[in-house]
Amino acid sequence: MRYLPLTPAERSEMLTVIGAATIDDLFADVPAEARLPGPVPGLPNHASEMAVERHMSALAAQNLSAGTAPFFLGAGAYRHHIPASVDHLIQRGEFLTAYTPYQPEIAQGTLQVLFEFQTQVARLFGTEVANASMYDGSTACWEAVAMAGRITRRRKVVLCGGLHPHYGATIETMAKFTGDQIERQVPVLTAEPDHGALIAAIDGETSCVVVQYPDILGRIPDLPAIAAAAQAHGALLIAVVTEPVALGLIEAPGKLGADIVVGEGQSLSVGLQFGGPYLGLFGCREKFVRQMPGRLCGQTVDADGRRGFVLTLSTREQHIRREKATSNICTNAGLCALAFSIHMTLLGGEGLARLARVNHDRARQTAEALSAVGGVEVLNSAFVNEFTVLLRRDAREVVRELADYGVLGGVSLGRLYPDRPELGHALLVTATETTTDQDIHALAAILGEVLANAHEGSPT
Amino acid sequence: MPTYYTKDHEWIAVDGDTGTVGITDYAQSQLGDITYVDLPSPGATIGKGDAPCVVDSVKAASDVYAPVSGTVTEVNEALGDAPELVNGEAETGGWLFRLTLSNPSELDGLMDRAAYEAYVAGL
Amino acid sequence: MNAPNASGWRPAMGEGGEAPAILTVSGDRGLTLEEPLIFELGRPGTCGVDLDEPRGEIAPGLARFLRAEPPALPGLTEPETVRHYTRLSRQNYAIDLGPFPLGSCTMKHNPRLNEKVARLPGFADIHPLQPQHTVRGAIGVISELADWLVTLTGMAAVAMTPKAGAHGELCGLLCIRAALEARGDAREVVLVPESAHGTNPATAAFAGYRVENIPATADGRVDLAALTARLGPDVAAVMITNPNTCGLFERDMKAISDAVHAAGGLVYCDGANFNAIVGKVRPGDLGVDAMHINLHKTFSTPHGGGGPGSGPVVLSAALAPFAPLPFAMRGPDGIIRLVEEEDAPQHHPQSFGRMAAFHGQMGMFTRALTYILSHGADGLRQVAEDAVLNANYVLRSLEDVLDAPFGAAGPCMHEALFSDEGFAEGFSTLDLAKGLIDEGFHPMTVYFPLVVHGAMLVEPTETESKAGLDRFIASMRSLAARARNADPALKSAPHLAPRRRLDETQAARKPVLVQPQ
Repeated sequence: MRYLPLTPAERSEMLTVIGAATIDDLFADVPAEARLPGPVPGLPNHASEMAVERHMSALAAQNLSAGTAPFFLGAGAYRHHIPASVDHLIQRGEFLTAYTPYQPEIAQGTLQVLFEFQTQVARLFGTEVANASMYDGSTACWEAVAMAGRITRRRKVVLCGGLHPHYGATIETMAKFTGDQIERQVPVLTAEPDHGALIAAIDGETSCVVVQYPDILGRIPDLPAIAAAAQAHGALLIAVVTEPVALGLIEAPGKLGADIVVGEGQSLSVGLQFGGPYLGLFGCREKFVRQMPGRLCGQTVDADGRRGFVLTLSTREQHIRREKATSNICTNAGLCALAFSIHMTLLGGEGLARLARVNHDRARQTAEALSAVGGVEVLNSAFVNEFTVLLRRDAREVVRELADYGVLGGVSLGRLYPDRPELGHALLVTATETTTDQDIHALAAILGEVLANAHEGSPT
Repeated sequence: MPTYYTKDHEWIAVDGDTGTVGITDYAQSQLGDITYVDLPSPGATIGKGDAPCVVDSVKAASDVYAPVSGTVTEVNEALGDAPELVNGEAETGGWLFRLTLSNPSELDGLMDRAAYEAYVAGL
Repeated sequence: MNAPNASGWRPAMGEGGEAPAILTVSGDRGLTLEEPLIFELGRPGTCGVDLDEPRGEIAPGLARFLRAEPPALPGLTEPETVRHYTRLSRQNYAIDLGPFPLGSCTMKHNPRLNEKVARLPGFADIHPLQPQHTVRGAIGVISELADWLVTLTGMAAVAMTPKAGAHGELCGLLCIRAALEARGDAREVVLVPESAHGTNPATAAFAGYRVENIPATADGRVDLAALTARLGPDVAAVMITNPNTCGLFERDMKAISDAVHAAGGLVYCDGANFNAIVGKVRPGDLGVDAMHINLHKTFSTPHGGGGPGSGPVVLSAALAPFAPLPFAMRGPDGIIRLVEEEDAPQHHPQSFGRMAAFHGQMGMFTRALTYILSHGADGLRQVAEDAVLNANYVLRSLEDVLDAPFGAAGPCMHEALFSDEGFAEGFSTLDLAKGLIDEGFHPMTVYFPLVVHGAMLVEPTETESKAGLDRFIASMRSLAARARNADPALKSAPHLAPRRRLDETQAARKPVLVQPQ
């Protein structure tokens, strides 16, 4: 076995040192009836690198990868170009095969990266502080809700209709066990989000209002208005950003009154990967820092007075606080944070703004091309790189038929909201810097064909 | 001012119906560098044995239990900027909060200085 | 001869004598490199990515939402970026550099085939919401891995979505709570042994339970009599780590499970230490109802400096109906499929809900499956045997110089536990750990488990060679002697690392978490 260095001779030599006759003597505490006499039945034995690679490659080949098709999916996971240097750097063994930096003297590389990452996230979000990452956007969002409950000592949570339904579902699941009372609104297919119902739901019992920015339909909510309403009732505003590239173009939520900003950092060099691992981003006001979940890296000095970094405020965490810990997070998303941070370093603030502009260009061009297709209507009055179109047919069927033509045309709202038939003809379309003119032409042409074919069944 | 001690290493100095609460010098020496004190809110009603206050060191968060019941009247604001006061002046300037005693007879179950010192010596 | 040595070069060893204390102008010292922050290096407007010129205008509808100014983040070109992170990387210790014997963390070699496979575009570049018929291979990976995990553990089903160990614990506890609620049984208490990972009580409290401790016996195991005495109609579950955090197998596991089941409760097993028994013992045979598996420990997906992890939870038949969505479920045809919200009412109606967006840590699934297929059933069994052999070799090679509190009680499993007993006055476990840094090793886990004073928990894993272990043992023996003999240089170790001990008090009293603007 290529990963196991001990030789049979060394094994018996070591057993002699230990004073055991056989390896099974070392498993003497396992009751005999629970000890398997040989390898677990029903499973194959070891395989060569070549054989395993062949098997896995065959599985990979059964997937239609984004790079091989006109691709327009978003809804919380975005395809962007990953600079070659990022993937090289995150595979350096010193980053890839290190543990959580509990021994800071020999983990300054990871720790400095985390400090830089925290600063980048805080400046991107317009918050005073940020943490060293969470599992992903959806769990970060739940942790923000829990944190708001600790701060306000209130239990009522209002979720805007534009919040990603998986995020809403995650919050609802956790609330079942913590007793938080969730009011979850559903999206209404209007050109701009209507905050009337959202604002009306906020009262003196409300802990927090959760608003996605841009929202699940790609629209931009009016954060200052919602922040004012929340503040008037002593509630916190949690802004949720699933597409950080958008913040190259639109104002940072922290500057618009959000008390806590969480997000999904996957867009910057983490890769689609069928949904994970992704990267939870978490920023907030400095006065809430001791209520924050997740690891925090802080600056300090060493015994010689040299600048250095350590994990700090760890008494919030569960390995110390046990049943009084502030959150469920333990392992986080360190390597994904590294990828994000390297990409952000390559871009810089102005590069990010430019990247967002290019994304916006492509999305506008896509929207224009689609609005020229019969039976397609663009919903949004404003968007960055993701928008909603209304089709004359059920969007789930259209997406499947587009895929049969080799086009990954978007995310149907029917997939996200199977219990909301009134959203069934809406399709989310995303374009990024990776979207080419040919991709846009292909989508428009084939979508036109699929919609025209409506009564002739799907192609074969 | 009579001062009483608990087995959990809190002290309470009583002046009329007002008590000032802190942790003992022995407790701070066991905890090491105090980094943060989470104080109760003035006006809070607490019962004997509740944990209205948490003292953090680098690697531990320790609950401070109320030696008696009462209503919090004042907290030591200086600890916000200088938690190290709890290390340097645990039984004077590093006090944590003051409360109005709701049941002074609870003091009867606490130790005096000599009894506490004997208790610590036996640990 | 014409100009026989015009350049003047000749080999030289320098003039002898002691090396002088040299202060460098740069602050770097040979290959020991200092590195500024990107905010000190970068320049506004610099960009290491060539981007297209914007072609059109910004849509008028967006005008009122625009950012006043770009984020105040300096950029670096590619050569500067590569150098910055490469220099930083050299300040890290890593498995690739040497033994990393952190107890309960299972820091084993990370095979590079796993990385190669995870980067195949068919896995790396697929969207979680693509139509299912365009991602058959991805679902195939999930179902193959699910099949392995279920078979290796002897359990009925597996919830694949939890994102790390603690998230997996939460998943298991939520399954337990949902199952008890479904039978109208409102139990309030979860029993946790004193030696448990801190995440166990944290998770139980988060799931709404009151936590009570179970004492340990003198030989480091759960006290079966005390546990049995505490069982009753209010106990929802016990959470047991097996092998436990003292590195010992819980001999009474089956009896514990039987007693808990008889009292109407359920058994959660923390699977962080599964590496010791993978392929040798099936937790399902011991009566476990739920156990998370840290793919980033046992199945060697890299730790990456603190994640990402992945914590699938295997479940007994009693708990499987309550698993979160999406759920990998074996149909009557024997094939495993993913059940999502849409078909849950029909196929998985009692699920407690969704724990996170999308389908779980797919990138970790491809790596773990690659690792598992490489080892096979025979190789995984050898993994457990070698991990246990290596730990016992360390235990027996050090117990004459370090106190091993449970050494006399018999063999350990995959980790060897020592205490600070016998160290000179004023010398601690921390000092020995920092001394290991100067010796070129990553320290072991220290001050955990809490039940042993000055605990040192050494987990060598199966991927250390005997020669590597012998080097580690030699260093440990030297350090133990220095701690017993009060070597003052040990008190201030490390001396040879990129940094000396850091002031954690200052960091916590006056937190500086971001670079000021």
